[in-house]
Amino acid sequence: MLQILIYGTINSIQLALMALGFALVYGISRVPNFAHGAIYVVAGFITWTFLKAVGLNYFLSALIAILITGILGALIYRFMLIRVRGMAISEIIASYAIGLAILEGLRWGGFKGMTYTLPLFVPGSVTLGGVPVDIHRLLLIGIGIAVIALLWLFTHYTRIGLALRGMAQDERAALMLGIDSDMMALLATAFGSMLAGLAAIVLLPLGNIVVEAGYNVLILAIAVCIVGGLGSWMGAVLAAFLIGFAQILTVKYLGSHYQMVVALLAIIFTLIMRPSGLFGRQKELEERV
Amino acid sequence: MASGERRKERLDRGIKVRSDGIYALLSWRELGYLILPRLVLIVGLLLLPFVMPSLYWERVISNVCLYALLALSFDFLAHYVGLVSLGGALFIGTGAYIAALLNKSLGFPIILTIPIASVSGAAICTLLLLPCLPLRGVYFAIVSLMYPLAAMRIIEALNIFGGTDGIMGVDSFPYSWVEQYFVLVMVILFLFGLRRLVNMDIGLVFRGVKDNDQAVRASGMSITYYKAVAVFIASTMGCLAGACLTHIYMFSGISLFALDFSILPIAATVIGGGGTLAGPVIGCFILVPVSELLREFGTLRIAFYAVILMAFIVFKSEGLMVYGQRKYHQFERWVKI
Repeated sequence: MLQILIYGTINSIQLALMALGFALVYGISRVPNFAHGAIYVVAGFITWTFLKAVGLNYFLSALIAILITGILGALIYRFMLIRVRGMAISEIIASYAIGLAILEGLRWGGFKGMTYTLPLFVPGSVTLGGVPVDIHRLLLIGIGIAVIALLWLFTHYTRIGLALRGMAQDERAALMLGIDSDMMALLATAFGSMLAGLAAIVLLPLGNIVVEAGYNVLILAIAVCIVGGLGSWMGAVLAAFLIGFAQILTVKYLGSHYQMVVALLAIIFTLIMRPSGLFGRQKELEERV
Repeated sequence: MASGERRKERLDRGIKVRSDGIYALLSWRELGYLILPRLVLIVGLLLLPFVMPSLYWERVISNVCLYALLALSFDFLAHYVGLVSLGGALFIGTGAYIAALLNKSLGFPIILTIPIASVSGAAICTLLLLPCLPLRGVYFAIVSLMYPLAAMRIIEALNIFGGTDGIMGVDSFPYSWVEQYFVLVMVILFLFGLRRLVNMDIGLVFRGVKDNDQAVRASGMSITYYKAVAVFIASTMGCLAGACLTHIYMFSGISLFALDFSILPIAATVIGGGGTLAGPVIGCFILVPVSELLREFGTLRIAFYAVILMAFIVFKSEGLMVYGQRKYHQFERWVKI
């Protein structure tokens, strides 16, 4: 029982970390960035390159990786997405194609066969009430909560954060109030990518860096955002816990094959029942007839 | 500046009256002018097996046609009904599994499995997608993207239909020319059938659903009913392609729900020109052979057509067919301002 509680929480925080970047970009500023998963994997490989091939220390290479992913996100927006802005379907297809190109390019470019791993932040494990837990996983909970809190403060109390939310709610009104929507969307994509990079650095030490992770992360991020409701902040976090615990329970009682099925079915059923998500209340008329 | 002083003027040719598809013909020459492109396409398609005799390219032709069927169904749904379905693989997989099961478990011959798989597969796909039909735009796109992924994982998890190994040893077509002509004729039939369909009354309703669904509803028509009909038509094509695929490769497995079948038709549609129906077919004839040539690079193929897709959607979103039609139907000249 305690085991489910602990690992459910950890899994939920993991999901929240994966999804926050996507939620920031799509949920808050309405720019779908389906290259999210690709950026996540790229961040992992960049960190690995600087850590192992160049030989910098862990913190520095992580920092560089986050910066590079941020720039990558900004470039993707500036040169690609800006041209299809406002055409939702084209945005999705174009950004998805970018992600696909990056991932398959990486797969072809030699990042295969050998296993690429990042070291744990703090090796070793402790026992909590009879359940052994890695210290890294415990750290992860702290980092996750810190990121969630910082983002909440960012979107509620800084000018840029407020502008991002304003854009999602009513782009025209935001324009009238002097918010440069292209600039904000650029920033949103950059921040979202940096969050994907951060998530990658925090989560990848728990496993190998593989290209498939890109697709899984994208699906999980979409699942969390959709179940939580686009544009709803707390919704995304709550949804992360919902799906996180659901996954741990199905893995325990049904088998690990069902882990992704849970996320996929969650997306499908939420969209069918309540397209605006369990906690979102935005733009219901645009979603369904 | 030179470019500021003159602009390009475009004039429709004389035989074109007001709208698309209505022409005033005065001579055989003008009739020829209209028939020529269509004839070139049909004859070209039918002659292909003679021009490409090697065994390898025969397989490529069949592949092109299967993708063309999928691309047609994507184009029809996206540009005439307004349902952007990113899950073409769902149709392929459903059709393929039904055909394979009918053939292996019940011993049905190929002449029965393909029609049964097309129609019943389409019915199943329509039923599966029915609850999502009220969704609009992006939401439908995301849901349809998730369906084939979910199908893949569910088959894997439940270990049904042969699990991850799939179903081997399905009957193949008796002769390779039967296989090629069957798929070629199907592509031609569906291409011209759809072109006719979208100009009939029901086609008008479809476009109404796309442009303004509330107006259609206000006219007392059920939007969901018409969307379901459209999905049925589109998934018939997809399931037909899937059933043919399983008989050509004598195999059906979860790889048939893979992204390839969802992405390539979309790329072909974008390249060929969305909303033209003939464009996606032409797009497939460009993309599939090129990706065959790139086969030795493995997964780089997907990266390659993802890049093409991105470039076309971002920089040249009208596509080849629209561009070609403009050049063919209109005079262009530079005019001084």
